[in-house]
Amino acid sequence: MARVTARVLPGFRLSLSFTLVYLSVLVLLPLGACIVTAAGLTWEQFRSAVWTERARAAYALTFGASLAAALISSVVGLLIAWVLVRYDFPAKRVFDSLVDLPFALPTAVAGLVFSNLYVANGWLGQFLVPVGIEAAYSRLAIVVVLVFIGFPFVVRTLQPVIESLDAEVEEAAALLGANRWQTFRRVIFPSLMPALLTGFTLAFARGLGEYGSIVFVSGNMPFRTEIAAFLIVSRLEEGRPNSYKEATAIATVLLVASFLMLVVINRLEARSRRWDE
Amino acid sequence: MSNARMAPLADKPGLRRAQDPLWVRVGLTTLAVLVMLVLVVIPVVNVFYEALAEGLGTYWRNLTGDPDTRHAIGLTLTVAPLAVVCNVVFGLAAAWAITRFRFPGRTLLVTLIDVPLSVSPVVAGLSLVLLFGLQGFLGPWLRANGIEILFTVPALVIATTFVTLPFVARELIPVMESIGPDEELAALSLGANGRQIFWRITLPNIKWGLLYGVILCNARAMGEFGAVYVVSGRIAGETNTMPLQVELLFQDFNTPAAFALASVLTLLAALTLLLKMWVERRVRRQAAEHQAQSKVPIQ
Repeated sequence: MARVTARVLPGFRLSLSFTLVYLSVLVLLPLGACIVTAAGLTWEQFRSAVWTERARAAYALTFGASLAAALISSVVGLLIAWVLVRYDFPAKRVFDSLVDLPFALPTAVAGLVFSNLYVANGWLGQFLVPVGIEAAYSRLAIVVVLVFIGFPFVVRTLQPVIESLDAEVEEAAALLGANRWQTFRRVIFPSLMPALLTGFTLAFARGLGEYGSIVFVSGNMPFRTEIAAFLIVSRLEEGRPNSYKEATAIATVLLVASFLMLVVINRLEARSRRWDE
Repeated sequence: MSNARMAPLADKPGLRRAQDPLWVRVGLTTLAVLVMLVLVVIPVVNVFYEALAEGLGTYWRNLTGDPDTRHAIGLTLTVAPLAVVCNVVFGLAAAWAITRFRFPGRTLLVTLIDVPLSVSPVVAGLSLVLLFGLQGFLGPWLRANGIEILFTVPALVIATTFVTLPFVARELIPVMESIGPDEELAALSLGANGRQIFWRITLPNIKWGLLYGVILCNARAMGEFGAVYVVSGRIAGETNTMPLQVELLFQDFNTPAAFALASVLTLLAALTLLLKMWVERRVRRQAAEHQAQSKVPIQ
């Protein structure tokens, strides 16, 4: 790939200054407003807003449900990606494009339909509720809907890597006497690991920020099924003089968490690019 | 990068990957199909089942009888394209600056573009409230000048644009990076000006990548919930977009109407997928043609 060393092409100043202004006005200015507002709080105000029992329960749920969902998404995503790349079966193309549906489907629709499927008289709830599996208006409901939203990230990061696996390496492992399972565990799985980790992180980050679908499925009960984003909204809507400050303080905690995720994702992507080369 | 790895495989058509035993293949495939059935297919079928449960007549009345629902459909179909247009202009400018020039802070800029992807939409919405709200930084000044942004349509457009900002740029940057500046440099040396280079060289080269970005951006814009939930004030018939109206109907226990509206969103998602498949096929074909062309002089 040719590298442009001298700025010979036109439009450098125009395009760069437009990009910077647009990003500043639309992203940096609002997020800056959030951080400045939070910084205007005294330490005592900040602490009492972000470290209430209710807030701690909300962080734990947001974090725990995203983690559980990202783990399940990794297993499910690995299975689907493997089957899609390695095996042939009827309607595979349709199957493949259905994986993208969660990307395209508004999360409100996902929330609406998942809450409807898993209630006691729902299509899936009628089998699950009698055996004690409550996947509507519960913590489990949050995990289920986050798996729906997260697994395509894992499939789409793994697929190209599985496709590019060297057949000769597997051949060599087989010739050296490894059975299929050993080959998978010792040879294939380690080379999938970086991509799997990236997919896991993407699904996890998506889960941390998710709101639209969870509002529908969780029931939003404080201390039990209330996620951090919902707590921000309900603080904001309480309308007390200080409630928007409390909302901002909690939002800052989430903001810091998402910046950390961004750094992790960048590191992972840089590492897997190096892996590719 | 992957080309180098693919080449030896293509040259040896006789070499087949080691096959898994039949029972493993059948078992894993069945499991994968079952998972997709439960996670994706059943929910989609359920949307239409519930929407049409009381017949086509009721379905149609649910969609068109309620002026608030009609307004929500119109509003989403206005807000989403506006956000997409903003982000297309941004994506083109950002990709041009990032892929055609080297400057300090370039990598940081690429990272900055990704920020809206990792910020929770609710936090994004709250940040806009803190900026434009009455107690916010710009709110008092805006109010003094008679401009209302919060709880109005412009706020919806701004929030949606924030959330969908990276989608076009993220598609364009790798595409323009891989095409490289050679053709544009050639055009420049032949005396083309900036506008000619853009319309005759760059745009035709990146059109499929651009369309792909537009499709993804639009899908996300139409479905956006968290950020618009916070900045819209959720005024039915005024600032309620389709997803917000679905939530309102759901809270009002008007489930059939909620599902009717949800089915429209699902159809739009299906349309998105079809368009995406079509674009992907075009891109693959173009890539194959490109490879075939570049191979000729070598052989």
